[in-house]
Amino acid sequence: MAEPLLRVESLSKAYGGVQAVKDVSFTLVPGEILALIGPNGAGKSTCFNMVNGQIEPSGGRIFIDGQDTAGMSPRQIWRLGVGRTFQVAAVFSSMTVRENVQMALLSHENRTNVFWRQARQMESGKADEILELIGMASHADRPCAEMAYGDVKRLELAIALANDPKLLLMDEPAAGMAPRERVELMALTGRIARERNIGVLFTEHDMDVVFAHADRLMVLNRGELIAEGDPEEVRHNPQVRATYLGEGLVYDQAKTKVTT
Amino acid sequence: MGLSMFKTFARFGLTAILLGSALAAPVSAAEIKIGEINSYSALPAFTEPYRKGWQLAVEEINADGGINGDELVVISKDDGGKPGDAVTAANELVAREGVVLLTGGFFSNVGLALADYAKQRRVFFLAGEPLTDAMVWSQGNEYTFRLRPSNYMQASMLAEEAAKLDATKWATIAPNYEYGQSAVAVFKERLQELKPDVEFVAEQWPPLGKIDAGSVSQAIDAAEPEAILNVTFGPDLVQLVREGTTRGLFQDRDVVSFLTGEPEYLDPLGAEAPEGWIVTGYPWYDIDTPEHQAFVDAYQAKFDDYPRLGSLVGYIELKMIGEILKKAESTDAEDLIAAAKDLEMDTPFGPITLRGIDHQATLGAYVGTTAVRDGKGVMVDFTYKDGADYLPSDERVQELRPQ
Amino acid sequence: MSLYVVQFLAGLANAASLFLAASGLSLIFGVTRIVNFAHGAFYMLGAYMAFTLTRTLDGAVGFWAAILIAAAVVAVMGALLEMVLLRRIYQAPELFQLLATFGVTLMVEDIVLLVWGPEDLVGPRAPGLEGAILVMGRPLPTYDILLIALGPIVLLGLWLLMHRTRWGVLVRAATQDRDMVAALGVNQKWLFTGVFTLGIFLAALGGALQIPRTAVSHHMDLSIIVEVFVITVIGGLGSITGAFLAAILVSLLNAFGILIFPSISLVLIFLCMAVVLVIRPWGFLGKPVVAGHKSAGVTVRPWQPWSREARIGAAIVVAIAALLPFWLGTYGLFVGAEMMIAVIFAVSLQFLMSTGGLDSFGHAAYFGLGAYGAAMAVKWLGAPMEAALLIAPLTGLVGALVFGWFCVRLSGVYFAMLTLAFAQILWSIAFQWVPVTGGDNGILGVWPSGWASSPATYYWLTLAVAVFSVAALRMLVFSPFGYALRGVRDSTLRASAIGFSRQRVQYAAFAVAGAFAGLAGALFAFLKGSIFPDALSIPQSVDGLVMVLLGGIATVSGSVVGAIVYTAASIWLMSQTDLSRLVLGGLIVVLVVAFPKGIVGSISDLVGGPLFRRRGAGPAGREAAVAGSEGA
Repeated sequence: MAEPLLRVESLSKAYGGVQAVKDVSFTLVPGEILALIGPNGAGKSTCFNMVNGQIEPSGGRIFIDGQDTAGMSPRQIWRLGVGRTFQVAAVFSSMTVRENVQMALLSHENRTNVFWRQARQMESGKADEILELIGMASHADRPCAEMAYGDVKRLELAIALANDPKLLLMDEPAAGMAPRERVELMALTGRIARERNIGVLFTEHDMDVVFAHADRLMVLNRGELIAEGDPEEVRHNPQVRATYLGEGLVYDQAKTKVTT
Repeated sequence: MGLSMFKTFARFGLTAILLGSALAAPVSAAEIKIGEINSYSALPAFTEPYRKGWQLAVEEINADGGINGDELVVISKDDGGKPGDAVTAANELVAREGVVLLTGGFFSNVGLALADYAKQRRVFFLAGEPLTDAMVWSQGNEYTFRLRPSNYMQASMLAEEAAKLDATKWATIAPNYEYGQSAVAVFKERLQELKPDVEFVAEQWPPLGKIDAGSVSQAIDAAEPEAILNVTFGPDLVQLVREGTTRGLFQDRDVVSFLTGEPEYLDPLGAEAPEGWIVTGYPWYDIDTPEHQAFVDAYQAKFDDYPRLGSLVGYIELKMIGEILKKAESTDAEDLIAAAKDLEMDTPFGPITLRGIDHQATLGAYVGTTAVRDGKGVMVDFTYKDGADYLPSDERVQELRPQ
Repeated sequence: MSLYVVQFLAGLANAASLFLAASGLSLIFGVTRIVNFAHGAFYMLGAYMAFTLTRTLDGAVGFWAAILIAAAVVAVMGALLEMVLLRRIYQAPELFQLLATFGVTLMVEDIVLLVWGPEDLVGPRAPGLEGAILVMGRPLPTYDILLIALGPIVLLGLWLLMHRTRWGVLVRAATQDRDMVAALGVNQKWLFTGVFTLGIFLAALGGALQIPRTAVSHHMDLSIIVEVFVITVIGGLGSITGAFLAAILVSLLNAFGILIFPSISLVLIFLCMAVVLVIRPWGFLGKPVVAGHKSAGVTVRPWQPWSREARIGAAIVVAIAALLPFWLGTYGLFVGAEMMIAVIFAVSLQFLMSTGGLDSFGHAAYFGLGAYGAAMAVKWLGAPMEAALLIAPLTGLVGALVFGWFCVRLSGVYFAMLTLAFAQILWSIAFQWVPVTGGDNGILGVWPSGWASSPATYYWLTLAVAVFSVAALRMLVFSPFGYALRGVRDSTLRASAIGFSRQRVQYAAFAVAGAFAGLAGALFAFLKGSIFPDALSIPQSVDGLVMVLLGGIATVSGSVVGAIVYTAASIWLMSQTDLSRLVLGGLIVVLVVAFPKGIVGSISDLVGGPLFRRRGAGPAGREAAVAGSEGA
């Protein structure tokens, strides 16, 4: 079989004595949408941050398109074609929506070292295309600082798409959005991912979103991968049920919703 | 061309206004305005007595008929202790207030900045207090004169006294900046000329205003010198005296110290003033010449305070300007220079000359020994050292000063 | 051997007074996140107050009572300051807090002068502790022994207070997580007031304990504050034990350093700090405070290049400025040139601060490097003005490249402190290295070439350079590089996730700002005809900060207006009053509290604001618009 887009082998992270992530391995192929779920503190964000280069793993290896990313910084990993959205949205709040996307485009073309031309006139067409794609064209000239949080999250997706990514890392992309917006955002992400053959790794608390859009699920608990498979398999996995029920969380609720 | 024409108009207009105001008030005689700049806000402890000194002089000059009938007016500016601001003030005084000459300065750097300005703008400048030798020698210029005995002169006076001591092993303590460095250098050179067998066994260079006196005292003590040269002053001196005394640093050692006898530095020490140090200074309380007594009486009558050295410098400075203006009978810079060169005048310290060769006044200083009297530090066994005797030969001066 | 022992003990005694002041500063920072520049002023007030009280209270009991009462009285003043001023600016960026407390320092200096007079005051020695005992044959002052003991006693006392009392536990909790403590229902206001009061008490005690050692003078504040900053930064901001270790390290290094290099004192402490910060960016025991860092430059409204109308307006203003020599006399032109130089200096700093979010507290370093570069080129190489003006930005640039490499590794307060340290190192070199720099006597005879020597032509020259600088820096702000710099400021996380390197972008910005500051410095040298170490000093850096703040920190080039107004005001004040510090300090405080958007910021709010503004009242302009957007 060909090298998968993302291959994670025995990934671990320890903070002092606490093992935040333990021996996690998985792969992701182009066009696949993989959800990483688990209760709070299960180590999901830590996993994301290691794949993205934000945090250095204590053990294990990560390959993106066959390349070992050990020791690479987030910006080097981004240059491998990895787009990222954050749990708490991170955008350039002093700029307009379009400018945010333009910055990602300019960076992709290695043109942030240009000292003379006006940045706002560079790549504005391409930026508008991306905004059009995610349905934000009408917001292009709005200042980020005054946008609703849901729009900011969508903008993050636009930024993440700017470098023609092969892999999207989306940490709770729909957190803080209205229920309908969530569904729309994930539907949009799914459509784009399949059209462009992008692999997506995402986390989400909303099981509606997860079961509706993920091709495959991984369940993390206390840093360990306890289940993996398609939504149906995971749903019936007793260990997963125990974990979620034990934590008194949303699984049953989600199940009823999905099945109705 | 437009510019110069405009300026001519402006000048003409200004002259007309001045003439007009002169005509409107025929009773008052014409004014001669001079500019004075000093570090009033940065160094009030030194510049306040100085200001009183020149105010007294201006009052006396004008009471005595002014400058050949014209009233002498001083416009005074603060430089905040910054040479850059002093140049701004000089510009304001010269270009806007139309003063005929500049005077003042306490810090050497302010004095030098003003001297260089005077040279560039061709304005007469009499520096009062700045001590640096560069003022009249290496950086000397035609437009700049200086009143107070220079670093070199004071070092020579002290070296002369130091040479009379038995001590041959010396240590030095001086603040680490130009003044401290050159004071030590001249003292060393002069002392070694007079007494070739002296050696300098230790030196300490504490930062100005931040002495760590305990460590410095111990470091000096460890070198076991027979005598110590001190150049620190102000709070550094207080700390050095206290820490050194407690640690026995000054026991059975001769100490020679710059400026310590000036009331500005000696008085804050009170009963803790060191005893037996050989110092330069100003024992105003015991100088009993009639000309000095007259000055002290007038000063105390006017301000209800005793004079500091700064008071005397301010007083003589303005008296000297009065003499120069009277002699020149003109306010043109070249005429003022001609009048100032080799000007002779009487001062509370006796007659002095403003040397033509290097523009340095021959005002001297008192050298004596410190003692404590009635809970206060005083100078005893002092003598007046005429500045003229402590300057290098004319040939040497010509080498030192760019011609 | 015995020498080393007493030298060691003298070092420890010195460390004690440094530690007292530093522990207070660190305590205050730990809880309130305020870097209290006024700490030195309170140290000085403690000394003055103790001086006054020891005159009325006699004997050993009286002396010690006087020391404690003095510290308590000053602590009450500190509490008042906290309630009246600091409570209003806890949410503001660090820069505003530093500046406001700096303003207070300036005011206290003049107030002390008015109350206690200008002369140095020498207080009594501690009754019963005037003498010395012999340690290995060498005398050690008994007062030093007291101080040596006092350091650990105070450290222990603070430890017990923090760990064995409910109040202390709350303070420690607040140091960890302020919001959590507030959520627990503790009145944070009074907790902060209490901590500030305690910190000031320690500072004042440190000052009061100096009176048996040295003279009380109105220079005490500035001479201690820089050292105390360095101590707290080396020890790690917020860490009292760290401050203790740092005080001992610095004092011992100094005590032994002067045995080998007698002239090292002034540079040593800053070298020490630079080394520590490079190896351990948060000091010995400090913790990263990145999350607390708020950039002062963030604005709600995105910046835009000038519209056509604005460009025409700017052109008209420049044209009027160019015609001024036909109206103004020599003095007016001189002041005008000084303003233009201030403009260049201020916009270079604003580029760094507003666009880069890098609050430099040592921008004078590059101004001074340019000035000295030009002056030395004239003096040593006989270069003409034209060549010197080309060399100056290069020396500023090289300096910025060297120092910037270290500085951009840090952020927030640590960045500010490291820039300050480098500026102070340069100042010390210029001040002490007489053979090369002329030391305090500076370099003279740096006058313009013949063609530029008339006031009018020199004014035109500075105007042209100022226009060029403003235009060039504006172009940079709106170039992709400027956007990247602003992006890094807005969200380092996002910037690194889309491929630009925070350090590389900020390093380049630091270099650019250094080059322009160097240019300003050279023009300054030629205007004044001479250059002195004060061009590298802290007040020069602060002048730049005030200009930027006055113009409007959240604007692209509001500092142009700030520089002109500030220069005019300070020249006028210097010319009119001996109490310029009181007025200037008051101005800074009012500015920070009541007028945080500055002149241009406020005007543009009036003109274009209401349409865009989302938050109505409050100090929105200085707060990050989406404060929570910086992710975990």
